Amino acid sequence: MKKVKNLALGLMAVLVAAPLTSAIAAGGKTKELKKVDWHFEGVFGRYDKDALQRGFQVYRQVCSGCHGVSLVSFRNLGQKGGPYYLEACPEGVPETVNCSNPNDNPIVKALAAEYIVMDGPDEYGEMFERAALPSDHIPGPYPNDQIARLANGGALPPDQSLIVKARPNGANYIYSLLTGYEEPSEYVEIAPGQYYNPYMAGDMSQNIKPEYLDEEGHVKEGVKVPYGGVLAMAQPLYDGMIEYEDETTPETIEQYSKDVVEFLMWAAEPKLEERKKLGFITITYLLILSGILYWSYREIWSKLEH
Amino acid sequence: MAHESTYQPGTDVEKWLDKRLPIVRLAYDSFVDFPTPKNLNYWYTFGGILAICLVVQIVTGIVLAMHYTAHVDYAFESVEKIMRDVNYGWLMRYVHSNGASMFFIAVYLHMFRGLYYGSYKEPREVLWILGVVIFLLMMATAFMGYVLPWGQMSFWGATVITNLFSAIPLFGSDITTWLWGGFAVDNPTLNRFFSLHYLMPFAIAGVVVLHVWALHVPGNNNPTGVEVKDVKKDTVPFHPYYTVKDGFAIAVFLVLFAAFVFFQPNALGHPDNYIKANPLSTPAHIVPEWYFLPFYAILRAITFDIGPISSKLGGVIAMFGSIAVLFVLPWLDTSKVRSMRYRPVAKLWFALFVVTCLALGYLGQAPAEGIYVPLSQLATAYYFAFFLVVLPLLGAMETPDSTPKSIGESILKPIKSAASADNTGSPAPAPAE
Repeated sequence: MKKVKNLALGLMAVLVAAPLTSAIAAGGKTKELKKVDWHFEGVFGRYDKDALQRGFQVYRQVCSGCHGVSLVSFRNLGQKGGPYYLEACPEGVPETVNCSNPNDNPIVKALAAEYIVMDGPDEYGEMFERAALPSDHIPGPYPNDQIARLANGGALPPDQSLIVKARPNGANYIYSLLTGYEEPSEYVEIAPGQYYNPYMAGDMSQNIKPEYLDEEGHVKEGVKVPYGGVLAMAQPLYDGMIEYEDETTPETIEQYSKDVVEFLMWAAEPKLEERKKLGFITITYLLILSGILYWSYREIWSKLEH
Repeated sequence: MAHESTYQPGTDVEKWLDKRLPIVRLAYDSFVDFPTPKNLNYWYTFGGILAICLVVQIVTGIVLAMHYTAHVDYAFESVEKIMRDVNYGWLMRYVHSNGASMFFIAVYLHMFRGLYYGSYKEPREVLWILGVVIFLLMMATAFMGYVLPWGQMSFWGATVITNLFSAIPLFGSDITTWLWGGFAVDNPTLNRFFSLHYLMPFAIAGVVVLHVWALHVPGNNNPTGVEVKDVKKDTVPFHPYYTVKDGFAIAVFLVLFAAFVFFQPNALGHPDNYIKANPLSTPAHIVPEWYFLPFYAILRAITFDIGPISSKLGGVIAMFGSIAVLFVLPWLDTSKVRSMRYRPVAKLWFALFVVTCLALGYLGQAPAEGIYVPLSQLATAYYFAFFLVVLPLLGAMETPDSTPKSIGESILKPIKSAASADNTGSPAPAPAE
């Protein structure tokens, strides 16, 4: 009798549980992201220095027209793990110079000197322009957000220093977005100054042409609402638009995108290599420690009746 | 467990000090010679793990505070400065941000363990209540800490949560203004959150001392729920038996901790928090950190007015009620048997409760629409029903299995499974074999 009662009480628990476990799948509105095998993924992930240099080139020649990397300084480019880090000085540099110090790195110094920054006030109270130094932040394309909006039809091009970390699955997302521009389907209408991309978050049912809507404004049957959404950035990369120094690297949209994402990942996470190296050592240490502690535990408790 | 002190001052200095301030004696009696049940399993290691978590958070937090700037114009950049330019700043910051998650993983397991083994029951009510106080303080600290980097989720999370207080009748909007120090979440809010975020961990540390004190008066509960009867047969000194066992568990826990810090440091955070706070742009979905999701689901589950109580106020009451109910739990559970190991029915309801908490966590991050709303309501209903209906009724209705006579006996002569006790058709005495 008691068994039956306990069984019944238990069964009630299962009955209450059943509807809780029936999860409902929600449909995604953007196209599934392309997946790239990045150098920086995995336990031993590292940045590919050549890719970083090419990516910086893509950033400089294309992206930097609208997007800043305000958190990155020139000196960062010459830091360990950065695109222009030097362990030893190239030939022709005096022996007294330590090129592993990013402030003395000749490539970084020359690069910074190509930019002009505002400094001051000087002793006369005047602001003045000077060539950038490794310690300066990389100047952005616009002096302020208002001008940036004015130049871009009201849209503010986001700063790219953290963009890879500021989007879910950021590296694959930006790669997909850059390589994913395509002609919109016949059903949709895109406003001037807007560009269609199947990876952009949005709702294309807002862009369906009126002839494909019924009287109530719903999308007619048989009309497929495309993935993705629209953005204010036109397709920025085209095959062959940037000339790489290295002849063997293909000059394609895919390669440019891959390289610039590698660079942007580095810009967002410059300490990634250091982190992963230290992580490997730390976890190895902790595993050995756990082993020793477990053995000690067994040893100490073995003398006990339990 | 209150026990006679066995401390022998070894040196003249210790003897001198012992007569004036017996602090070494206190430490010795509490953490070396303290009689601890022999049969504690790994679920009992989370107390020690939590102590480590608190220390890690305080140490990394103090270092971070040396480099952080609590100002709306500089906070976001100062955190990035820590990540990029401060020596090992990235490590401090990732340990601190992931440390919060580790802290909550440990505290939830610690609490579920307390629930399962009836550790809140007489004579440990005060111990349990102090634990709930610590949990509340942890939540407040974590919430304010999440605001400090001044990302989009920081700002909008702070806006959503502080706005909850406006649901309070009559004084709601005044209280909210007072909390903000202005008419919106802004610089004064950030400053006071930083001040309080720095203060509260020390309050937690204080309550932890009381928590340990309240633990050491009745002594540890244990998986059988049977009190210690014979100190010699049932217990072992805390050191070395539990220092080494806890030490092993802490090391394993740190492996998990390190895996997140070094290889998935942003997995538990939200990408939007790498976008600087912008009061003019609301994120598509405002979601709290994972450890608040079950409570967020309860908050959003109340979508209907109850008499004069608006749905908003109802949600706030339900959310705070979900923690308040823990304070009275010792008096809601009417069962005479402490450990659910010997409560075959309670065990199932407990399992359902765990599933419900996980489901609430899932629902907390799902959009508040469609099927998710009734599911949240159902889960919320069961959350409260577990405490307010199931536990009070089961005490009277359930037939528990027989419990071992003592801890020592449970170790040496394991009790047969629940089925064998049930088959006899009556509450069987402990098997004699």
